Amino acid sequence: MRRLLPLLPALLSVVMLATPLRAQLRGTGDLGIVVERASGSVLIVETSGRSILARVEGLGDLSHASAVFSRDQRYAYIFGRDGGLTKLDLLEAKVAARKVQAGNSIGGAISADGGLVAVANYEPGSVRVFDAEDLALVADIPSVYADDGARSKVVGIEDLGGRRFAFSLYDGGQIWLADLADPAAPRITRYADIGRLPYDALVTPDGRYYIAGLFGEDGLVLLDLWQREPRPRRILDGYGRGEQPLPVYKMPHLEGWSQAGDLLFLPAVGRHELLVVDRRRDFAEIGRIPVHGQPVFAVARPDGRQVWVNFAHPRNDTVQVIDVPSMRVVATFSPGEAILHLEFTPRGEQVWISARDSDEVVVYDTESLAELARIPARKPSGIFFTARANRIGF
Amino acid sequence: MRELLAGLLLLPGLALAAEAPPAERQAELLYLLRQDCGSCHGMTLRGGLGPPLLPETLADRDADTLAEIIRGGVPGTPMPPWGFEITGEEARWLARRLKEGVQP
Repeated sequence: MRRLLPLLPALLSVVMLATPLRAQLRGTGDLGIVVERASGSVLIVETSGRSILARVEGLGDLSHASAVFSRDQRYAYIFGRDGGLTKLDLLEAKVAARKVQAGNSIGGAISADGGLVAVANYEPGSVRVFDAEDLALVADIPSVYADDGARSKVVGIEDLGGRRFAFSLYDGGQIWLADLADPAAPRITRYADIGRLPYDALVTPDGRYYIAGLFGEDGLVLLDLWQREPRPRRILDGYGRGEQPLPVYKMPHLEGWSQAGDLLFLPAVGRHELLVVDRRRDFAEIGRIPVHGQPVFAVARPDGRQVWVNFAHPRNDTVQVIDVPSMRVVATFSPGEAILHLEFTPRGEQVWISARDSDEVVVYDTESLAELARIPARKPSGIFFTARANRIGF
Repeated sequence: MRELLAGLLLLPGLALAAEAPPAERQAELLYLLRQDCGSCHGMTLRGGLGPPLLPETLADRDADTLAEIIRGGVPGTPMPPWGFEITGEEARWLARRLKEGVQP
């Protein structure tokens, strides 16, 4: 027994981690998950007390994993790299449903009514749509873009309201809109020749504009979904001004990129800059903000006053804060090693930042920039809070 | 003369040592491979936006060619040059490990 005593705290913590949260009646509005990319696990966390509630394991290859939430904010749908789609019950801290639906996947989206979960696949190139209840397959949309039947990797999948999704074909250079009002007969609208290698996309918070970034060209493609017949057009065309871009050691991510008021902050691929465009001025460039490295994520605090930015390898130990009204960097600091992602609490008073190589999630007060907590996590990457359930494009 | 002989005997060993980075550096390279190359090629090297890096998909290229790609990148594609932090010797070692089927 004496030998066991030193182990007791460790044993207790395991037991506590495993206890379902239903033991205590609680809401889910302050819950979220932290992806532990290398160990196939996620942490269920709560942001009021900044604590870990549970660790759930066995979710496969979670490198580059992302998540969306059910509209009641009880379930997370987690998209793994290996095609795994997991429905995680945040209250019970257990897997409610799971299937490996493809060989290689990049992310997904949930319909406004919460009924459909769509996944973008690299292998086989496709979008597959599932019933959010039991993950039964309801539609399979192969991303065939050429006469010879070649399929493209699919990126940048976003929900558009209704049962509609938009996504981009990386190899095919196309944007597709899919309306699944009748899941048995998806209606697809295809836009070809939008540009080379669209690598990711975003939809603005009002669901009006779908914007895809191009790797192969200096510019982005914009689709105004409020038009009766949307037509893709270029914005920020030639933003590199003919200069040779720097090599890119990590692709920027566009989903979750920031709209702050009428301004959008977009990445300049291969440059240490954020490009600022004004929606009210027909997406004209109104400024460039020099930053520490090549931006990977630039995320607006929910009130739009600040934009927080992280950077690509090898300059990935740094985070910068941009003051939106003055469009200047007002803070630069290093929360840890290999900063992969950041997520604001619903009102934006805290930001949670994953430091992969420090095996920590670091929490800051966004006003004072004071460090509030360091939460141990194994190689943390994506952080996703349930408030995403209520936002278009998240 | 005795010294020269000893030196000659050491040569093959030296050549081998030159082609394999020290153990600590090997660990760093494999970590880089898994975590950072993995951003595009997948943490398990089964591919992502970039192609898979498995023995069967690399079979038609020799290690020297792969090492040049690692160090120099592939112009016109997202593959960047890693020569700023990976030496030629390290790149050849990584390329051989990839062709053997390393699971970082």
